[in-house]
Amino acid sequence: MNREELVARLQAKAKKLRRESLFVMKEMGGGWLGGSFSSADFITALYFYRMKHDPQKPLWNDRDRLIISKGHACEVFYAALAEAGYIPRKDLKTYSHLGSRLQTHVDCRTPGIDCSGGSLGLGLSFAVGTALGAYISPDQTNLKADIRQQEARFRVYCVLGDGECNEGQVWEAAANAFHYRLDNLTAIVDSNKFQSTGPVQMKLNMLSLAEKFKAFGWEIKEIDGNNLYEVTDALDWAVAVKGRPQAIIAHTIKGKGFPSLENTNCHFLKITDELVKKGLEALGE
Amino acid sequence: MKSRYVRKIRDIQENMYASHNHALIELAGKNKKVISCYADFPPGEAGEVFQQKFPDRMIDVGIAEGHLITSAAGLADAGFIPFTHCHALFAVGRGYNQIRQNVAYDNRNVKIVFCNSGVIWGGIGPSHLVVEDFAALRAIPNLVILSPSDAVSSEKATLAAAEYVGPVILRLPSVGASYPTLYTTDLDFQIGKSIPLHDGNDVAILATGILVSDALRTSEELETEGIHARVLDIQTIKPLDEKAVLAAARRTGAVVTVEDASIIGGLGGAVAELLSENYPVPMRRVGVRDQFGESGTSDEIKKCYGLTSPFIKKAVWGVLKAKKKKAGAPKRKASGK
Repeated sequence: MNREELVARLQAKAKKLRRESLFVMKEMGGGWLGGSFSSADFITALYFYRMKHDPQKPLWNDRDRLIISKGHACEVFYAALAEAGYIPRKDLKTYSHLGSRLQTHVDCRTPGIDCSGGSLGLGLSFAVGTALGAYISPDQTNLKADIRQQEARFRVYCVLGDGECNEGQVWEAAANAFHYRLDNLTAIVDSNKFQSTGPVQMKLNMLSLAEKFKAFGWEIKEIDGNNLYEVTDALDWAVAVKGRPQAIIAHTIKGKGFPSLENTNCHFLKITDELVKKGLEALGE
Repeated sequence: MKSRYVRKIRDIQENMYASHNHALIELAGKNKKVISCYADFPPGEAGEVFQQKFPDRMIDVGIAEGHLITSAAGLADAGFIPFTHCHALFAVGRGYNQIRQNVAYDNRNVKIVFCNSGVIWGGIGPSHLVVEDFAALRAIPNLVILSPSDAVSSEKATLAAAEYVGPVILRLPSVGASYPTLYTTDLDFQIGKSIPLHDGNDVAILATGILVSDALRTSEELETEGIHARVLDIQTIKPLDEKAVLAAARRTGAVVTVEDASIIGGLGGAVAELLSENYPVPMRRVGVRDQFGESGTSDEIKKCYGLTSPFIKKAVWGVLKAKKKKAGAPKRKASGK
């Protein structure tokens, strides 16, 4: 498969995940549409291009981890898990209902989720912990002073929101990631420029997140997070970086794929039949 | 019946943090999954020995207690059994959401060691002296809370915590001080099982942590006054040994709780909740009376905050008086007759 074919395939998959996520949101009658749609492209690339994982073995010890720190944009993740085969597609209908294993923020009770989300700012710390653990074998002791083995057992990807980067613990984690030279750790910031109640610059101006991660010792790449050529290139780049964690600042459009909502603060919307219909039309269904 | 593991002569004092770290050394030697994590907190002599023996099993995250706990959950995901160490107040204060969400809710096999707990150690002053930890933690579901009372039980509690699969809080007092050793080294420590230290049917003294020693001494002094106290070391705050607490209440009809923590929501709170629903008896809680701690020597603080033998005795006399009054009260007549 050449590059064009790969990207075309991933684009089609991302469109499918956006469509399915609308149906997931409909179950609750409300959804984090903006953040689900902005992240759909790199989520697709992670699950269906980059990550080493096995939906039949969600607890495989050496699987790559995907930590969804921005745990509210769960609808597109659930669509991805169903598409990948972690959960049966019919489970998507149970979202938000009593007893469901699809809770309204990502939750460990769902196969394929390793860290429950909802409380912003924690996921990167979890990612650092597990990435560090990947460099130590639980079966043998390395009696040398240096904590690290030669090869990490697995890679760790962590998806953060740009608003989420207001939280202080993100930076505790960022400092530790560089201190421990966790080059098996890639953070992807879904920089869609809006947080819950308004534009990120107006709420709390964090200036350049790229510069911030760089100042913390990370290797950084800024990309158009809705362009699958750039997304796949960035994920390839990350794997090749040695000695430092990588931060991909994915500049995305909130609500990407739903033109009338794009670049508005569509953080959380009431999801009506009409809106679903409009969304499906926009996505070319 | 009094436990056979209680030392007949209690003439030595040992450091509970050191014995905890000795247990970690023993564990790490047998189980490569054990990892010791710190937030720029002193490991102590024994902790440094651990570091020398297992350099790749010791991690310091810097002054970042929230990250300490969440990253420990990540280490557990990677296949390890992490023990985290920092000031108790910052673990529960700066790490509360993390304990609740990343460890308890996600059921991660993480053991959170609360160091320098309580007010008695005086230490670095009120910013570091936690009274509210038991109260805050008890209400978090899926959490075991251990509160050993001496160096032997601290070691055994560490071993038990490692064997238990799930979230554990291990509460230790001042890491720099030594406390009377109560138990023989073959103590059989079981999570959720209190340890009887003294027999008696007049009053039950339920104590936890370093004040267990004071409770035991008080019960021996009370003997000379003809008061026979049943003393239990409540070494697990959650799950509470309900069977033993209820049995003590039934047998004695009068209960005193003793803890180096707030009387609100800690051991006293837990016992009051249980007894009020199942077997209400007169109760008194000895502990920190809704106050912050302060700097001072341990002896000064104990006296000032009502955490000494005389205060325990006063509470005992109080419940005995209330018990007598209750016993002497006329029985109610059936209505309508």
